[in-house]
Amino acid sequence: MFSSNVPMREETLIEGRTGKWEVIIGLEVHAQVTTDSKLFSGAATAFGADPNTQVSPVDAGFPGMLPVINAVAVEKAVKTGLGLNAQINQVSVFDRKNYFYADLPTGYQISQYQQPIVGKGRLTLDMPDGSTREVGVTRLHLEQDAGKSLHDQSPTMTFVDLNRAGVALMEIVSEPDMRSAEEAGAYLKKLRSILRYLGTCDGNMEEGSMRCDCNVSVRRPGEGLGTRNEIKNVNSIRFVMQAIEYEARRQIEVLEDGGTIKQETRLFDSGRGITRAMRSKEEAHDYRYFPDPDLLPLVLDPALIERVKASMPELPDAKKARLIADLKLSPYDAGVLVAEQSTAHFFEVVAKGRDAKLAANWVTGDLFGALNKLGLGIEASPISAEALGGLIDLIADNTISGKIAKDVFLAMLETGKSAGEIVESQGLRQVTDTGAIEKSIDEILAAHTDKVSEYRSGKDKLFGFFVGQVMKATGGKANPALLNDLLRKKLAP
Amino acid sequence: MSDFTDLTLASARAGLAARKFSAVELTKAHIAAIEGARDLNAFITETPDKALEMAQVSDARLARGEGGVLEGLPIAIKDLFCTKDVLTTAASHILDGFKPPYESTITQKLWDAGATCLGKLNLDEFAMGSSNMTSYYGPVINPWTRAGDNRQLVPGGSSGGSAASVAARLALAATGTDTGGSIRQPAGFCGIVGLKPTYGRCSRWGVVAFASSLDQAGPMTRTVEDAAIMLGVMAGHDPKDSTSAPLAVPDFAAALTGDIRGLRVGIPKEYRVDGMPAEIEALWQQGIDWLKAAGATPVEISLPMTKHALPTYYIIAPAEASANLSRYDGVRFGLRVPGGSLDEMYENTRAAGFGAEVKRRVLIGAYVLSAGYYDAYYLKAQRLRTLIARDFDQAFEKCDVILTPTAPSAAFALGEKMDDPLAMYLNDVFTVPVNLAGLPGISVPAGLSADGLPLGLQVIGRAFDEETMIRAAGVLETAANFTAKPGRA
Amino acid sequence: MSLDKATVARIATLARIKVPEADLEALGQELNKILHWVEQLDQVDTTGVEPMTSVAAMTLPLRPDWVTDGDRVDDILKNAPNAMHGFFTVPKVVE
Repeated sequence: MFSSNVPMREETLIEGRTGKWEVIIGLEVHAQVTTDSKLFSGAATAFGADPNTQVSPVDAGFPGMLPVINAVAVEKAVKTGLGLNAQINQVSVFDRKNYFYADLPTGYQISQYQQPIVGKGRLTLDMPDGSTREVGVTRLHLEQDAGKSLHDQSPTMTFVDLNRAGVALMEIVSEPDMRSAEEAGAYLKKLRSILRYLGTCDGNMEEGSMRCDCNVSVRRPGEGLGTRNEIKNVNSIRFVMQAIEYEARRQIEVLEDGGTIKQETRLFDSGRGITRAMRSKEEAHDYRYFPDPDLLPLVLDPALIERVKASMPELPDAKKARLIADLKLSPYDAGVLVAEQSTAHFFEVVAKGRDAKLAANWVTGDLFGALNKLGLGIEASPISAEALGGLIDLIADNTISGKIAKDVFLAMLETGKSAGEIVESQGLRQVTDTGAIEKSIDEILAAHTDKVSEYRSGKDKLFGFFVGQVMKATGGKANPALLNDLLRKKLAP
Repeated sequence: MSDFTDLTLASARAGLAARKFSAVELTKAHIAAIEGARDLNAFITETPDKALEMAQVSDARLARGEGGVLEGLPIAIKDLFCTKDVLTTAASHILDGFKPPYESTITQKLWDAGATCLGKLNLDEFAMGSSNMTSYYGPVINPWTRAGDNRQLVPGGSSGGSAASVAARLALAATGTDTGGSIRQPAGFCGIVGLKPTYGRCSRWGVVAFASSLDQAGPMTRTVEDAAIMLGVMAGHDPKDSTSAPLAVPDFAAALTGDIRGLRVGIPKEYRVDGMPAEIEALWQQGIDWLKAAGATPVEISLPMTKHALPTYYIIAPAEASANLSRYDGVRFGLRVPGGSLDEMYENTRAAGFGAEVKRRVLIGAYVLSAGYYDAYYLKAQRLRTLIARDFDQAFEKCDVILTPTAPSAAFALGEKMDDPLAMYLNDVFTVPVNLAGLPGISVPAGLSADGLPLGLQVIGRAFDEETMIRAAGVLETAANFTAKPGRA
Repeated sequence: MSLDKATVARIATLARIKVPEADLEALGQELNKILHWVEQLDQVDTTGVEPMTSVAAMTLPLRPDWVTDGDRVDDILKNAPNAMHGFFTVPKVVE
């Protein structure tokens, strides 16, 4: 792997005992393709079924069984390639990757070696500080997932469930362009987001539908690449970042102590926060790849590629750019809103014909806060986008103040009623009648003449006291802007 | 042998239709024949009860006038085809006790057409061999013996049980598979007809895989007409097999017009190999004369890559086999020999479960695919394969079918050629190129050796032109008028 | 290319077939004989010749994404040497 295209950035270097180190990171993501049936058999793919109930004799490697490829898996691989701005290879070949393991019934995995379905592409990372950076994607190919081995069910036996054997995976390989755990996290976030937008993978790392192998090496700035270690099957973005941090420091320590890095395959022990070498004898595998003679070369019909192109949704980067350009949102707000397609869609409904910034604040502030507390995703929001829009309308036309709106919002969550209904039934309409407010102010000032004198002699802070009193007297319904204006006038000496 | 067992498929079918006898009678006669010929060891599993049950169903259908193409006709199946709930072994210890929960596409078609199942036939282990001497269940004995000599002879392989059973009149027909000659060569050794169709003509789903890009199933019968009838049932596109050709099945039997006037018959000069027995050379010439007499034109053609075909085959086939046989590991079916660890269990199981020839080929296969050797062996062989196929493409511009001997010798004795794997491999010198090019080939019994053993001639056709090949084979069969039967049939 | 005992042992491990130490030599000789014989292909000039991808002159057919199989755990397990609680079992693997 070459990473010479990526210039060194001082701010990514890690300080070791004897100087600075650059960390080189490449990620291989295995993403389960969202299909009803498996890549080469008609067995179901749903998560959580009883053991070996979603297994065809093809998946179980029975004698005489043959693979037949799933059209939707092919389309989704193409779609994902397009979403990664990658080259779609019209001709690709399936190869057998030969090795023995209990969860690999045929003794080989059907994968793609030298001619993958998708070639070079790229992905833009959104960094926490608002900057963006581009990372290359080397390739994407289709391959079979393996079954599951359970080692902890018995002291002497490993139990094997083949439900997952044969599920379609897209292996997405990045260029070794990342230089920090943070960048790796941003890569995975963006990749996951794109996959979910495209509907090609649900990106659910806890359920294992997206897994990440991290390749990590370190070097002194300016030197050649160090020996990399691969940390396999890390199943959360947080763990990926932790694993990379740990592994980089581990390698630096070894090298600074005068040792060398052995090429090893490692696992991340999330309990202890460390990586450790796999105990199985890790001689370099000789996979003896050769084209699978049960499968002919895959030749994509140009009509298929066109059809997939035409079905592409607006992806997060494009959507973000549009929200910034057309709705004048800040990059930060836009970034938060486009992370999930369902959120972006929700927002766009709320913002339609309304103040975009106000809509953004309500969605990312109050709504997200409420959903987090309730443990709900936006798809399950008790307040619909239309309803939230209705609330915002009442603020915009001064029916209620922003402060009252927050109470209304809570009531909407609880009762499921619309903002309008709640304002009416609870009589929360804002008081905008200048006369009424003036009357209230006069009453308050008259009741607190001492404080009025103090204010006029310089105690500015008391302004808030008067505001509070008028608000209390009006049941919180005085229009704040109007109140401020009138109060200032009346308090002026 | 009874009257019933010496019928052809076609005449048995006619007899059933004319109500001359019943399917049950026909099947009973064959069951008795099988019982009387157990010393040939042609069967691994006999299924007489099942056969009779099926025969009864057939008789009912025939009575209603609803018979299928093969209704009530007793046939036997090479034990490489998975038959539902019936022991399927591939003649290997490693498949001990394996009863597939599914039926191969081809056998399902045969049962749907009304055929009855006499049992599963012996073969070389995992179809690897040319003598049927590598079977875990012991060798098959050729029903033919040399004149004045009672030494046991091999039936050829790998479809030795299929060939022997048809020749010994234990079944009206049998299925075989052919990867490098495994239908044609044993057909030649046993004096019967063996047809390997174009690659992709018959489905491989449910057939235990040996070498995926070379394996093809086909019929083994006593006449060309019977082979055409069987092929018509066995062939057809199968969506469960990605290499299955999406082509309609022609009426193969209708191809037997007997008319080959103007047919150009290619005679490949490179098939005249060193040390070829004179009588085979003579028979070949006889075949050319027969076809000429019927109006065909012999044309000398050149297939320059011929001598490279065997080594090419013995790289590609073992390579594919090494991966295809990785699934035999003691985990999900068949033999398991315990071990202290997963790898030990694998190693013990496969060492005990595979015979010597299978092991040799799996190891060769692993080697030629291994890092550093892939280009020199496997990739090289695949380039050779392109050249071999190209040879045939070019030849078929000048001819319509090709005529060759089937094998470089008649059947040899049990135990011969076992010291040297290479000696055994040379049996396939005339048949292997056909598999590499994916073409159809048929062996027709054409004459007897000086020892009184059958000798076959092979007709090779263009891809998916089994019809022309069958037509030429039919004429050959008529001219040869091979009526000899094995002494003990 | 000649195989020495160590290479034969390595290939046997790759193929997961136990070959007793005593048999390595003889097996090596058998394999060598076959390999030397196939090596005659080195003599053939194949420059510019593409490796054959398949004799079948077609491209890979695609299948609709329907669930047409599975839900037959008994069929899947009934030939297993040692199935338990719906799983296949093998000697324990330590990772």
